[in-house]
Amino acid sequence: MATEVLMPALSPTMEEGTLAKWLVKEGDSVKSGQILAEIETDKATMEFEAVDDGIIGKLLIAEGTAGVKVNTPIAVLVEDGETVDDTAPATKPATVAATVAAAAPVAAQAAAPAPVAAKGWPHADLPEGPTKTMTVREALREAMAEEMRRDPSVFLMGEEVGEYQGAYKISQGLLDEFGAKRVVDTPITEHGFAGIAVGASWGGLRPIVEFMTFNFAMQAIDHIINSAAKTLYMSGGQMGSPMVFRGPNGAAARVGAQHSQDYAAWYSAIPGLKVCMPYSAADAKGLLKTAIRDPNPVIFLENEILYGRSFEVPTDPDFTIPLGKASILRDGDDVTIVSFSIGLTYALQAAEILAKDGISAEVVNLRTLRPIDYDTVLASVMKTNRCVTVEEGFPVGSIGDHLASTIMQRAFDYLDAPVVTCTGKDVPMPYAANLEKLALTTTADVVAAVKSVCYR
Amino acid sequence: MVARKPADRPNASKEDLLKYYREMLLIRRFEEKAGQLYGMGLIGGFCHLYIGQEAVVVGLEAAAKDGDKRITSYRDHGHMLACGMDPKGVMAELTGRIGGYSKGKGGSMHMFSKDRHFYGGHGIVGAQVPLGAGLAFADKYLGNDNVTFTYFGDGAANQGQVYETYNMAELWNLPVVFVIENNQYAMGTSMKRSTKSPSMWERGAAYGIKGEAVDGMDVLAVKAAGEKAVATCRAGDGPYILEMMTYRYRGHSMSDPAKYRTREEVDKMRSEKDAIDHVRDLLLQGGLASDDDLKAIDKDIKARVNEAAEFAKDSPEPPLADLWTDIYA
Repeated sequence: MATEVLMPALSPTMEEGTLAKWLVKEGDSVKSGQILAEIETDKATMEFEAVDDGIIGKLLIAEGTAGVKVNTPIAVLVEDGETVDDTAPATKPATVAATVAAAAPVAAQAAAPAPVAAKGWPHADLPEGPTKTMTVREALREAMAEEMRRDPSVFLMGEEVGEYQGAYKISQGLLDEFGAKRVVDTPITEHGFAGIAVGASWGGLRPIVEFMTFNFAMQAIDHIINSAAKTLYMSGGQMGSPMVFRGPNGAAARVGAQHSQDYAAWYSAIPGLKVCMPYSAADAKGLLKTAIRDPNPVIFLENEILYGRSFEVPTDPDFTIPLGKASILRDGDDVTIVSFSIGLTYALQAAEILAKDGISAEVVNLRTLRPIDYDTVLASVMKTNRCVTVEEGFPVGSIGDHLASTIMQRAFDYLDAPVVTCTGKDVPMPYAANLEKLALTTTADVVAAVKSVCYR
Repeated sequence: MVARKPADRPNASKEDLLKYYREMLLIRRFEEKAGQLYGMGLIGGFCHLYIGQEAVVVGLEAAAKDGDKRITSYRDHGHMLACGMDPKGVMAELTGRIGGYSKGKGGSMHMFSKDRHFYGGHGIVGAQVPLGAGLAFADKYLGNDNVTFTYFGDGAANQGQVYETYNMAELWNLPVVFVIENNQYAMGTSMKRSTKSPSMWERGAAYGIKGEAVDGMDVLAVKAAGEKAVATCRAGDGPYILEMMTYRYRGHSMSDPAKYRTREEVDKMRSEKDAIDHVRDLLLQGGLASDDDLKAIDKDIKARVNEAAEFAKDSPEPPLADLWTDIYA
């Protein structure tokens, strides 16, 4: 009986990939464990093995095909004496690549892309001039490469940034261009290398520290806060820490409680730090370049799910975004939705849905959480008289809480309804797909929150 | 404790010995004065005195050159004076005044001098160890031959980040001298009660780091060991560990009940091993200085310390607007 071989999910956030190369041809006998193909994801090129013995009856997807969705049949495996035509009606999906494939449908679901393509969003926040389409991942890499070319004191250090080409491929190619002196692979030792990087910043360098994820930075947080953030003050202004701590932050997909925390509110609470949290590729590029040039320690919180999304980015090599300046992603009159990073995915989707219901939502992209652009938020709220905040972090002491308090103190008379905060739930991140979905904030939550403040 | 060199065979010139005597005495008198000002309520918070350990910093500074860096823990007054920072600025920081090195915003534990390449003054035990390695990383990256002296105590030597740093410092051959100031008590816990390791420096061997134990009460032994360590680092063969066997006469901080060791133990160290008495003996017995010469030095030091104390009392508190400055560059 013939079985279909399906496109596997090779990482928690993979939705599609490129079938780079077939290593077998039709008619070949294959054994379980034999490598069938090379599959390229946005993170890496990986080999894909057969799970069952059989004969390759048909290759359904030609090599070189990009954008093959997870779980698409890519080949048919038949038994001796069978042909594909004999069995076509009876084909059933094989249990390909048992572990990864099993997780595939839900992983894809949890990381489902916005129904409206990112490219289609209004780009009112970009300066005039030509743009090109690039992913957030490419934008981050380009920002680092450009700044490293510009300033020889800038270097990158972290786990797997060099020879592995980046755990999330952000630093791909940088080792080749800049060499091991400036792209420094470290042992797995966050506390230690964060401290070394802070010391190096005092010694005249501008380190970029990549944390494989910010979850691991909790091991290094003493140096981030006590050593990097406070020294300028404690030294009476004599010496500061010009450096960037960057990496993915917040929930990815199905990686459980210890790998899913959003640290936006934690770092934003610390005087002496600046905190960026980009949404689009333009944000990523413009903010990271500014962060690297900034004379202060900057926490740069990226999002793994956004890495592969494409946006328009100005081609101007001098394009930067100032820290502390929010942008308006969508104009509106009835309610202000304030968000940042992946929260904007829900905010923008909600705005689209609400528009159909006749509610005009203005969407503010904070971009920087410290310093936070109160003026843009307050001006919008004074116009719309209603506010909903959206983030994935925990609810207690959230960025939304802080904005709600600020709006209450500075724009109380303009409010027609209490500010409502949409946040992650007050629970450690569960693994089960249905519970994980429930733990994160959703577009539906945002729609409901907006309707509640509009009394609809 | 390593045996002291015999007093009749000094391997230093008269000028050097007088310099060490003067520098060690400055630290001791300064610290005594700081203790006094603390008792008068002029210095607040935590105040950790360096009395007893003077030979360590003075000996190592004698092995340093211009451009070398140093970083230490919260027991930092001695390091600052030894590297040439002004006693007035240090004392005024202790009293929290605008004339202090950190304009009154750092205090005893958090002082810096970019001019003198003194990078703190760190209140988190062990944090200065990777920070010091990072300073050395920068020097290596920039291609100069500077060395960073990274001081920490026997207490900090049990922190995990010390060993994370050892691993990377040796992996990258960083020009850093790790100086373990083993005064035998981590706050109130004696080394016997905190580890079964027979020595601290030998732990570096697990990472391939060279090192040795040194009589930290003998300024000449300290200097000799420091020169060897520094030469190793400048030759690109760092890091190097020096475990300085030393002793603190005063409590961990000003609020130390001193229940963890006997009065006799402290007195014995003071009378038999004191680093300043050692150099005094070398000078007098070697006929290199007279009692009167040393009295003149004592008088001069006392005057400098009193001048620092007066400055620290007279310097104004920082203006209230300073609350909001120096948060961002």
